[in-house]
Amino acid sequence: MTVFRPLLVFVILIAAWQILVMLTGVQPFILPSPAKVATALLDRGDVIAGHAWITLGEILLGLILGTILGTASALAMGYFRTARQWLLPVMVVSQAIPVFALAPILVLWLGYGIGSKVAMATLIIYFPVTAAFFDGLRRTELGYLDMARTMGASRWAILRQIRIPAALPSFASGLRVATAVAPIGAIVGEWVGSSGGLGFLMLHANGRMQIDVMFASLFVLAVIAVVLYFAVDALLKRLLHWQPDTQPSND
Amino acid sequence: MTENNTSQRFDITVNIDHLVFDGRSLFRDLRFGIAGGAWTCLLGASGVGKTTLLRLVAGLLEDVSSATVSCSDGEELPGRVTYMAQQDLLLPWLSVLDNVLIGRRLRYETISVTDIDRAQDLLAKVGLGGDTARLPATLSGGMRQRAALARTLMEDRPVVLMDEPFSALDAITRVQLQDLAAELLADHTVLLVTHDPLEALRLGHHIHVLSGRPAVLDKPLVMTDAIPRDLQDTTLLARQAELLDRLRQSAAEMAA
Repeated sequence: MTVFRPLLVFVILIAAWQILVMLTGVQPFILPSPAKVATALLDRGDVIAGHAWITLGEILLGLILGTILGTASALAMGYFRTARQWLLPVMVVSQAIPVFALAPILVLWLGYGIGSKVAMATLIIYFPVTAAFFDGLRRTELGYLDMARTMGASRWAILRQIRIPAALPSFASGLRVATAVAPIGAIVGEWVGSSGGLGFLMLHANGRMQIDVMFASLFVLAVIAVVLYFAVDALLKRLLHWQPDTQPSND
Repeated sequence: MTENNTSQRFDITVNIDHLVFDGRSLFRDLRFGIAGGAWTCLLGASGVGKTTLLRLVAGLLEDVSSATVSCSDGEELPGRVTYMAQQDLLLPWLSVLDNVLIGRRLRYETISVTDIDRAQDLLAKVGLGGDTARLPATLSGGMRQRAALARTLMEDRPVVLMDEPFSALDAITRVQLQDLAAELLADHTVLLVTHDPLEALRLGHHIHVLSGRPAVLDKPLVMTDAIPRDLQDTTLLARQAELLDRLRQSAAEMAA
Protein backbone atom coordinates (compact mmCIF):
# COMPACT_ATOMS: atom_id res chain seq x y z
CA MET A 1 0.00 0.00 0.00
CA THR A 2 2.78 2.42 0.94
CA VAL A 3 4.51 1.91 -2.43
CA PHE A 4 1.36 1.47 -4.45
CA ARG A 5 -0.18 4.88 -3.82
CA PRO A 6 2.82 7.09 -4.73
CA LEU A 7 3.39 4.88 -7.78
CA LEU A 8 -0.20 5.35 -8.89
CA VAL A 9 0.08 9.13 -8.47
CA PHE A 10 3.27 9.03 -10.56
CA VAL A 11 1.64 7.04 -13.36
CA ILE A 12 -1.40 9.35 -13.41
CA LEU A 13 0.82 12.44 -13.63
CA ILE A 14 2.84 10.98 -16.52
CA ALA A 15 -0.36 9.99 -18.32
CA ALA A 16 -1.80 13.49 -17.86
CA TRP A 17 1.40 14.96 -19.25
CA GLN A 18 1.30 12.67 -22.31
CA ILE A 19 -2.39 13.49 -22.95
CA LEU A 20 -1.67 17.24 -22.61
CA VAL A 21 1.12 17.01 -25.19
CA MET A 22 -1.05 14.98 -27.58
CA LEU A 23 -4.13 17.20 -27.25
CA THR A 24 -2.40 20.58 -27.54
CA GLY A 25 0.22 19.54 -30.10
CA VAL A 26 2.72 21.71 -28.24
CA GLN A 27 6.19 21.97 -29.80
CA PRO A 28 8.76 19.56 -28.30
CA PHE A 29 11.14 22.47 -27.55
CA ILE A 30 8.44 23.97 -25.29
CA LEU A 31 7.20 20.77 -23.63
CA PRO A 32 8.59 17.43 -24.77
CA SER A 33 6.43 14.33 -24.33
CA PRO A 34 7.28 11.84 -21.54
CA ALA A 35 8.43 9.38 -24.21
CA LYS A 36 10.95 11.88 -25.59
CA VAL A 37 12.22 12.63 -22.09
CA ALA A 38 12.55 8.91 -21.40
CA THR A 39 14.54 8.50 -24.62
CA ALA A 40 16.81 11.38 -23.64
CA LEU A 41 17.24 9.80 -20.23
CA LEU A 42 18.36 6.53 -21.82
CA ASP A 43 20.47 8.00 -24.63
CA ARG A 44 22.25 10.56 -22.48
CA GLY A 45 22.12 8.46 -19.30
CA ASP A 46 25.89 8.37 -18.79
CA VAL A 47 26.22 12.14 -19.07
CA ILE A 48 23.25 12.82 -16.79
CA ALA A 49 24.51 10.26 -14.25
CA GLY A 50 27.93 11.91 -14.16
CA HIS A 51 26.38 15.29 -13.40
CA ALA A 52 23.90 13.74 -10.96
CA TRP A 53 26.76 12.31 -8.88
CA ILE A 54 28.28 15.78 -8.58
CA THR A 55 24.98 17.31 -7.43
CA LEU A 56 24.30 14.43 -5.03
CA GLY A 57 27.77 14.85 -3.54
CA GLU A 58 27.18 18.57 -3.04
CA ILE A 59 23.82 17.97 -1.38
CA LEU A 60 25.15 15.24 0.91
CA LEU A 61 28.23 17.22 1.94
CA GLY A 62 26.06 20.28 2.55
CA LEU A 63 23.63 18.20 4.57
CA ILE A 64 26.40 16.71 6.71
CA LEU A 65 28.20 20.02 7.26
CA GLY A 66 24.99 21.97 7.85
CA THR A 67 23.75 19.39 10.33
CA ILE A 68 27.05 19.30 12.22
CA LEU A 69 27.29 23.09 12.40
CA GLY A 70 23.60 23.47 13.24
CA THR A 71 23.74 20.83 15.97
CA ALA A 72 26.90 22.34 17.46
CA SER A 73 25.40 25.84 17.43
CA ALA A 74 22.15 24.68 19.02
CA LEU A 75 24.05 22.77 21.73
CA ALA A 76 26.31 25.74 22.45
CA MET A 77 23.31 28.03 22.67
CA GLY A 78 21.47 25.57 24.88
CA TYR A 79 24.39 25.24 27.29
CA PHE A 80 26.16 28.62 27.40
CA ARG A 81 24.41 31.91 27.96
CA THR A 82 27.20 33.77 26.12
CA ALA A 83 26.74 31.55 23.07
CA ARG A 84 23.03 32.32 23.14
CA GLN A 85 23.72 36.06 23.19
CA TRP A 86 26.24 35.97 20.32
CA LEU A 87 24.97 33.22 18.06
CA LEU A 88 21.29 34.13 17.97
CA PRO A 89 21.88 37.36 15.97
CA VAL A 90 24.26 35.51 13.64
CA MET A 91 21.56 32.94 13.00
CA VAL A 92 18.94 35.57 12.21
CA VAL A 93 21.33 37.47 9.91
CA SER A 94 22.23 34.25 8.11
CA GLN A 95 18.56 34.00 7.15
CA ALA A 96 17.92 37.70 6.53
CA ILE A 97 20.28 37.63 3.52
CA PRO A 98 18.77 35.41 0.82
CA VAL A 99 21.10 32.60 -0.17
CA PHE A 100 20.44 33.46 -3.82
CA ALA A 101 22.00 36.87 -3.26
CA LEU A 102 25.06 35.25 -1.69
CA ALA A 103 25.58 32.78 -4.52
CA PRO A 104 27.69 35.03 -6.81
CA ILE A 105 29.93 36.01 -3.90
CA LEU A 106 30.39 32.40 -2.80
CA VAL A 107 31.29 31.40 -6.36
CA LEU A 108 33.75 34.30 -6.48
CA TRP A 109 35.39 33.23 -3.23
CA LEU A 110 35.19 29.47 -3.43
CA GLY A 111 35.42 28.99 -7.18
CA TYR A 112 33.58 27.05 -9.84
CA GLY A 113 34.14 23.70 -8.12
CA ILE A 114 31.87 22.00 -5.62
CA GLY A 115 33.13 24.15 -2.70
CA SER A 116 30.79 27.05 -3.38
CA LYS A 117 27.79 24.73 -3.85
CA VAL A 118 28.50 22.83 -0.65
CA ALA A 119 28.72 26.18 1.13
CA MET A 120 25.36 27.22 -0.30
CA ALA A 121 23.68 23.98 0.71
CA THR A 122 25.27 24.21 4.17
CA LEU A 123 23.96 27.75 4.63
CA ILE A 124 20.46 26.75 3.62
CA ILE A 125 20.46 23.71 5.93
CA TYR A 126 22.07 25.40 8.91
CA PHE A 127 19.10 27.52 9.91
CA PRO A 128 16.26 24.97 10.10
CA VAL A 129 18.48 22.49 11.96
CA THR A 130 19.76 25.06 14.47
CA ALA A 131 16.41 26.75 15.04
CA ALA A 132 14.47 23.52 15.52
CA PHE A 133 17.05 21.80 17.75
CA PHE A 134 17.61 24.89 19.90
CA ASP A 135 13.87 25.30 20.28
CA GLY A 136 13.61 21.70 21.46
CA LEU A 137 16.52 22.15 23.89
CA ARG A 138 14.96 25.09 25.65
CA ARG A 139 11.53 23.52 25.97
CA THR A 140 12.41 20.60 28.22
CA GLU A 141 9.55 19.68 30.51
CA LEU A 142 10.15 21.37 33.86
CA GLY A 143 9.28 18.24 35.82
CA TYR A 144 12.22 16.36 34.28
CA LEU A 145 14.58 19.14 35.32
CA ASP A 146 13.19 19.20 38.87
CA MET A 147 13.59 15.45 39.15
CA ALA A 148 17.15 15.55 37.80
CA ARG A 149 18.12 18.32 40.22
CA THR A 150 16.84 16.45 43.28
CA MET A 151 18.83 13.45 42.04
CA GLY A 152 21.99 15.53 42.12
CA ALA A 153 22.59 15.75 38.37
CA SER A 154 25.12 18.21 36.99
CA ARG A 155 24.17 20.69 34.27
CA TRP A 156 26.11 18.61 31.76
CA ALA A 157 24.38 15.39 32.83
CA ILE A 158 20.98 17.06 32.49
CA LEU A 159 21.89 18.22 28.98
CA ARG A 160 23.28 14.85 27.95
CA GLN A 161 20.72 12.56 29.57
CA ILE A 162 17.52 14.61 29.41
CA ARG A 163 17.56 17.80 27.34
CA ILE A 164 19.20 16.36 24.21
CA PRO A 165 17.05 13.21 23.95
CA ALA A 166 13.94 15.27 24.75
CA ALA A 167 14.86 17.69 21.94
CA LEU A 168 15.42 14.96 19.33
CA PRO A 169 11.87 15.09 17.93
CA SER A 170 12.31 18.83 17.29
CA PHE A 171 15.73 18.19 15.79
CA ALA A 172 14.17 15.59 13.48
CA SER A 173 11.56 18.09 12.25
CA GLY A 174 14.31 20.58 11.46
CA LEU A 175 16.42 17.99 9.66
CA ARG A 176 13.43 16.89 7.54
CA VAL A 177 12.85 20.48 6.41
CA ALA A 178 16.58 20.87 5.80
CA THR A 179 16.70 17.73 3.67
CA ALA A 180 13.82 18.98 1.57
CA VAL A 181 15.50 22.36 0.86
CA ALA A 182 19.07 21.09 0.55
CA PRO A 183 18.93 20.58 -3.28
CA ILE A 184 17.99 24.27 -3.71
CA GLY A 185 21.38 25.38 -2.42
CA ALA A 186 23.30 23.04 -4.72
CA ILE A 187 21.26 23.87 -7.84
CA VAL A 188 21.36 27.64 -7.34
CA GLY A 189 25.10 27.42 -6.85
CA GLU A 190 25.45 25.47 -10.09
CA TRP A 191 23.36 27.99 -12.01
CA VAL A 192 25.47 30.91 -10.88
CA GLY A 193 28.74 29.37 -11.93
CA SER A 194 29.95 25.82 -12.40
CA SER A 195 31.21 23.29 -14.88
CA GLY A 196 29.31 20.29 -13.59
CA GLY A 197 26.18 19.11 -11.83
CA LEU A 198 22.52 18.80 -12.80
CA GLY A 199 21.96 22.55 -12.51
CA PHE A 200 24.79 23.16 -14.94
CA LEU A 201 23.51 20.46 -17.30
CA MET A 202 20.04 22.02 -17.30
CA LEU A 203 21.37 25.46 -18.25
CA HIS A 204 23.68 23.91 -20.84
CA ALA A 205 20.84 21.87 -22.40
CA ASN A 206 18.54 24.88 -22.30
CA GLY A 207 21.06 26.91 -24.29
CA ARG A 208 21.16 24.23 -26.97
CA MET A 209 17.38 23.76 -27.10
CA GLN A 210 17.78 20.20 -25.76
CA ILE A 211 14.62 20.60 -23.71
CA ASP A 212 14.21 16.83 -23.39
CA VAL A 213 17.63 16.58 -21.69
CA MET A 214 16.63 19.43 -19.41
CA PHE A 215 13.49 17.60 -18.37
CA ALA A 216 15.43 14.37 -17.93
CA SER A 217 17.86 16.18 -15.58
CA LEU A 218 14.95 17.67 -13.67
CA PHE A 219 13.46 14.20 -13.31
CA VAL A 220 16.71 12.77 -11.94
CA LEU A 221 16.99 15.69 -9.53
CA ALA A 222 13.47 15.05 -8.28
CA VAL A 223 14.27 11.36 -7.77
CA ILE A 224 17.42 12.27 -5.81
CA ALA A 225 15.48 14.72 -3.62
CA VAL A 226 12.68 12.25 -2.89
CA VAL A 227 14.98 9.30 -2.18
CA LEU A 228 17.12 11.47 0.09
CA TYR A 229 14.08 12.70 1.98
CA PHE A 230 12.72 9.23 2.58
CA ALA A 231 16.15 7.90 3.56
CA VAL A 232 16.58 10.66 6.17
CA ASP A 233 12.99 10.19 7.33
CA ALA A 234 13.52 6.44 7.80
CA LEU A 235 16.76 7.09 9.69
CA LEU A 236 15.06 9.59 11.99
CA LYS A 237 12.13 7.26 12.64
CA ARG A 238 14.63 4.60 13.70
CA LEU A 239 16.40 7.05 15.99
CA LEU A 240 13.06 8.08 17.51
CA HIS A 241 11.49 4.65 17.72
CA TRP A 242 10.27 5.50 21.21
CA GLN A 243 8.13 8.35 19.99
CA PRO A 244 4.61 7.09 19.39
CA ASP A 245 2.87 8.26 16.23
CA THR A 246 -0.34 9.71 17.62
CA GLN A 247 -1.92 10.69 14.32
CA PRO A 248 -5.21 8.74 14.39
CA SER A 249 -5.21 6.14 11.62
CA ASN A 250 -8.78 6.97 10.64
CA ASP A 251 -8.09 10.71 10.38
CA MET B 1 26.49 2.74 48.20
CA THR B 2 25.42 2.68 51.81
CA GLU B 3 22.65 0.20 52.34
CA ASN B 4 21.19 1.89 55.41
CA ASN B 5 20.45 5.23 53.79
CA THR B 6 16.73 5.01 54.27
CA SER B 7 16.99 4.09 57.93
CA GLN B 8 18.45 7.50 58.77
CA ARG B 9 15.80 9.14 60.88
CA PHE B 10 15.68 12.86 61.62
CA ASP B 11 13.12 15.63 61.89
CA ILE B 12 13.01 18.49 59.41
CA THR B 13 12.11 22.04 60.37
CA VAL B 14 11.18 24.69 57.86
CA ASN B 15 11.39 28.31 58.99
CA ILE B 16 10.14 31.02 56.69
CA ASP B 17 10.42 34.73 57.49
CA HIS B 18 8.78 35.88 54.34
CA LEU B 19 8.44 34.13 51.02
CA VAL B 20 7.23 35.83 47.87
CA PHE B 21 6.41 33.69 44.87
CA ASP B 22 5.25 35.08 41.54
CA GLY B 23 4.79 38.50 43.15
CA ARG B 24 2.43 37.11 45.81
CA SER B 25 3.32 37.00 49.45
CA LEU B 26 2.75 33.31 50.15
CA PHE B 27 4.22 32.78 53.60
CA ARG B 28 5.14 35.02 56.52
CA ASP B 29 6.59 33.78 59.83
CA LEU B 30 5.73 30.17 59.08
CA ARG B 31 7.22 27.25 60.97
CA PHE B 32 6.60 23.77 59.68
CA GLY B 33 7.89 20.51 61.11
CA ILE B 34 8.21 17.13 59.41
CA ALA B 35 8.63 14.25 61.85
CA GLY B 36 11.27 11.64 61.03
CA GLY B 37 10.03 8.21 60.01
CA ALA B 38 6.41 9.30 59.67
CA TRP B 39 4.02 10.46 56.96
CA THR B 40 3.24 14.17 57.07
CA CYS B 41 0.37 15.26 54.84
CA LEU B 42 -0.21 18.78 53.68
CA LEU B 43 -3.72 19.70 52.59
CA GLY B 44 -4.94 23.01 51.26
CA ALA B 45 -6.97 24.76 48.62
CA SER B 46 -5.28 25.10 45.24
CA GLY B 47 -3.05 28.14 44.98
CA VAL B 48 -2.37 28.29 48.72
CA GLY B 49 1.29 27.34 48.31
CA LYS B 50 1.46 23.62 49.10
CA THR B 51 3.65 22.85 46.13
CA THR B 52 5.88 25.87 46.80
CA LEU B 53 6.45 24.62 50.34
CA LEU B 54 7.35 21.16 49.03
CA ARG B 55 9.68 22.63 46.43
CA LEU B 56 11.35 24.65 49.16
CA VAL B 57 12.04 21.46 51.12
CA ALA B 58 13.24 19.78 47.90
CA GLY B 59 15.73 22.60 47.34
CA LEU B 60 14.12 23.47 44.02
CA LEU B 61 13.27 27.10 44.77
CA GLU B 62 15.64 29.84 43.75
CA ASP B 63 16.23 32.86 45.95
CA VAL B 64 15.21 31.49 49.34
CA SER B 65 17.40 33.70 51.54
CA SER B 66 14.51 34.33 53.92
CA ALA B 67 13.76 30.67 54.53
CA THR B 68 15.75 27.87 56.13
CA VAL B 69 15.33 24.13 56.05
CA SER B 70 17.20 22.31 58.82
CA CYS B 71 17.50 18.74 60.02
CA SER B 72 17.55 17.59 63.63
CA ASP B 73 20.75 15.59 63.11
CA GLY B 74 22.60 18.73 62.03
CA GLU B 75 23.37 17.48 58.53
CA GLU B 76 22.29 19.12 55.29
CA LEU B 77 19.06 18.04 53.62
CA PRO B 78 20.03 18.27 49.92
CA GLY B 79 21.13 14.85 48.68
CA ARG B 80 18.89 13.09 51.16
CA VAL B 81 15.54 13.72 49.47
CA THR B 82 13.79 12.24 46.49
CA TYR B 83 10.84 13.68 44.67
CA MET B 84 7.72 12.17 43.19
CA ALA B 85 5.38 14.36 41.20
CA GLN B 86 1.85 14.18 39.85
CA GLN B 87 3.29 13.36 36.45
CA ASP B 88 5.27 10.13 36.48
CA LEU B 89 8.22 11.90 34.78
CA LEU B 90 9.34 8.69 33.12
CA LEU B 91 11.66 9.46 30.22
CA PRO B 92 9.88 8.17 27.11
CA TRP B 93 13.07 7.03 25.37
CA LEU B 94 14.20 4.75 28.20
CA SER B 95 12.83 1.36 29.17
CA VAL B 96 11.11 0.98 32.53
CA LEU B 97 14.30 -0.57 33.96
CA ASP B 98 16.50 2.25 32.67
CA ASN B 99 14.05 4.78 34.03
CA VAL B 100 14.37 3.22 37.48
CA LEU B 101 18.16 3.49 37.14
CA ILE B 102 18.07 7.10 35.86
CA GLY B 103 19.46 8.56 39.11
CA ARG B 104 22.66 6.54 38.64
CA ARG B 105 22.95 7.69 35.04
CA LEU B 106 22.37 11.33 35.96
CA ARG B 107 25.15 11.19 38.54
CA TYR B 108 27.42 9.26 36.15
CA GLU B 109 27.75 6.43 38.64
CA THR B 110 28.62 3.04 37.24
CA ILE B 111 25.61 0.78 37.19
CA SER B 112 26.63 -2.50 38.78
CA VAL B 113 24.94 -5.87 38.51
CA THR B 114 23.76 -5.34 42.10
CA ASP B 115 22.05 -2.12 41.03
CA ILE B 116 20.25 -3.86 38.19
CA ASP B 117 19.21 -6.71 40.50
CA ARG B 118 17.91 -4.21 43.02
CA ALA B 119 16.01 -2.27 40.34
CA GLN B 120 14.46 -5.48 39.06
CA ASP B 121 13.58 -6.49 42.58
CA LEU B 122 11.88 -3.13 43.22
CA LEU B 123 9.97 -3.39 39.94
CA ALA B 124 8.78 -6.83 40.96
CA LYS B 125 7.65 -5.38 44.30
CA VAL B 126 5.54 -2.72 42.56
CA GLY B 127 4.09 -5.38 40.27
CA LEU B 128 6.05 -4.60 37.12
CA GLY B 129 8.40 -7.59 37.25
CA GLY B 130 7.44 -8.66 33.74
CA ASP B 131 7.44 -5.21 32.17
CA THR B 132 11.00 -4.03 32.80
CA ALA B 133 11.92 -3.84 29.10
CA ARG B 134 8.81 -1.96 27.99
CA LEU B 135 8.75 1.69 27.02
CA PRO B 136 6.67 4.05 29.21
CA ALA B 137 4.32 4.91 26.33
CA THR B 138 3.08 1.32 26.31
CA LEU B 139 2.08 1.36 30.00
CA SER B 140 -1.17 2.45 31.63
CA GLY B 141 -1.25 5.47 33.96
CA GLY B 142 -1.26 3.27 37.04
CA MET B 143 1.68 1.19 35.80
CA ARG B 144 3.64 4.33 34.99
CA GLN B 145 3.13 5.70 38.49
CA ARG B 146 4.21 2.31 39.89
CA ALA B 147 7.41 2.59 37.86
CA ALA B 148 7.88 6.11 39.25
CA LEU B 149 7.49 4.68 42.76
CA ALA B 150 10.17 2.08 42.00
CA ARG B 151 12.47 4.84 40.73
CA THR B 152 11.85 6.81 43.94
CA LEU B 153 12.72 3.74 46.05
CA MET B 154 15.82 3.05 43.94
CA GLU B 155 17.19 6.42 44.97
CA ASP B 156 17.39 5.05 48.51
CA ARG B 157 16.97 8.40 50.27
CA PRO B 158 15.56 8.79 53.79
CA VAL B 159 13.13 11.57 52.82
CA VAL B 160 10.49 11.24 50.12
CA LEU B 161 8.60 14.32 48.90
CA MET B 162 5.38 13.59 47.05
CA ASP B 163 3.39 16.19 45.17
CA GLU B 164 -0.08 14.76 44.52
CA PRO B 165 1.45 11.62 43.01
CA PHE B 166 -1.83 9.69 42.85
CA SER B 167 -4.23 12.45 41.87
CA ALA B 168 -4.33 11.65 38.16
CA LEU B 169 -5.28 8.00 38.72
CA ASP B 170 -8.72 6.40 38.83
CA ALA B 171 -10.19 5.63 42.25
CA ILE B 172 -9.28 1.94 42.40
CA THR B 173 -5.73 2.36 41.09
CA ARG B 174 -5.27 5.24 43.52
CA VAL B 175 -6.20 3.12 46.55
CA GLN B 176 -3.92 0.31 45.32
CA LEU B 177 -1.01 2.68 44.91
CA GLN B 178 -1.62 4.28 48.30
CA ASP B 179 -1.41 0.80 49.87
CA LEU B 180 1.74 -0.01 47.94
CA ALA B 181 3.41 3.28 48.82
CA ALA B 182 2.52 2.92 52.51
CA GLU B 183 4.03 -0.58 52.54
CA LEU B 184 7.21 0.21 50.62
CA LEU B 185 7.94 3.59 52.20
CA ALA B 186 7.42 2.36 55.76
CA ASP B 187 10.94 3.31 56.92
CA HIS B 188 10.95 6.68 55.22
CA THR B 189 10.14 10.21 56.23
CA VAL B 190 7.40 11.26 53.83
CA LEU B 191 5.91 14.64 53.01
CA LEU B 192 2.76 14.19 50.93
CA VAL B 193 1.07 17.17 49.36
CA THR B 194 -2.48 16.35 48.38
CA HIS B 195 -5.86 17.94 47.76
CA ASP B 196 -7.69 14.77 48.73
CA PRO B 197 -8.62 14.67 52.46
CA LEU B 198 -9.35 10.95 52.33
CA GLU B 199 -5.87 10.27 50.96
CA ALA B 200 -4.37 12.31 53.81
CA LEU B 201 -6.50 10.41 56.33
CA ARG B 202 -5.50 7.02 54.94
CA LEU B 203 -1.78 7.74 54.90
CA GLY B 204 -0.97 10.61 57.27
CA HIS B 205 0.44 10.46 60.77
CA HIS B 206 0.42 14.25 60.90
CA ILE B 207 -2.12 16.08 58.77
CA HIS B 208 -1.74 19.81 58.28
CA VAL B 209 -4.14 22.18 56.58
CA LEU B 210 -2.57 25.18 54.93
CA SER B 211 -4.90 28.16 54.42
CA GLY B 212 -5.06 31.90 53.87
CA ARG B 213 -2.67 34.40 52.34
CA PRO B 214 -0.07 34.66 53.65
CA ALA B 215 -0.73 31.04 54.49
CA VAL B 216 -0.91 29.72 58.05
CA LEU B 217 -0.91 26.15 59.35
CA ASP B 218 -3.62 24.89 61.67
CA LYS B 219 -2.85 22.63 64.57
CA PRO B 220 -2.08 19.27 62.91
CA LEU B 221 -4.30 16.27 63.21
CA VAL B 222 -2.12 13.54 64.74
CA MET B 223 -2.91 9.86 64.27
CA THR B 224 -0.24 7.41 65.30
CA ASP B 225 -1.88 4.13 64.27
CA ALA B 226 -0.63 1.97 61.41
CA ILE B 227 -1.14 3.01 57.80
CA PRO B 228 -2.72 2.55 55.30
CA ARG B 229 -5.94 2.95 57.26
CA ASP B 230 -8.95 0.91 56.35
CA LEU B 231 -11.50 2.63 54.15
CA GLN B 232 -14.28 0.93 56.15
CA ASP B 233 -13.25 2.90 59.22
CA THR B 234 -16.19 5.21 59.99
CA THR B 235 -14.14 7.72 61.98
CA LEU B 236 -12.17 8.26 58.78
CA LEU B 237 -15.30 9.36 56.96
CA ALA B 238 -16.36 11.66 59.79
CA ARG B 239 -12.93 13.27 59.78
CA GLN B 240 -13.04 13.56 56.02
CA ALA B 241 -16.22 15.63 56.29
CA GLU B 242 -14.55 17.81 58.93
CA LEU B 243 -11.44 18.37 56.77
CA LEU B 244 -13.51 19.08 53.66
CA ASP B 245 -15.37 21.73 55.64
CA ARG B 246 -12.13 23.42 56.66
CA LEU B 247 -10.82 23.29 53.10
CA ARG B 248 -14.03 24.77 51.79
CA GLN B 249 -13.80 27.66 54.23
CA SER B 250 -10.17 28.19 53.24
CA ALA B 251 -11.08 28.23 49.56
CA ALA B 252 -13.84 30.74 50.21
CA GLU B 253 -11.40 32.99 52.09
CA MET B 254 -8.92 32.81 49.21
CA ALA B 255 -11.61 33.79 46.73
CA ALA B 256 -12.77 36.73 48.87
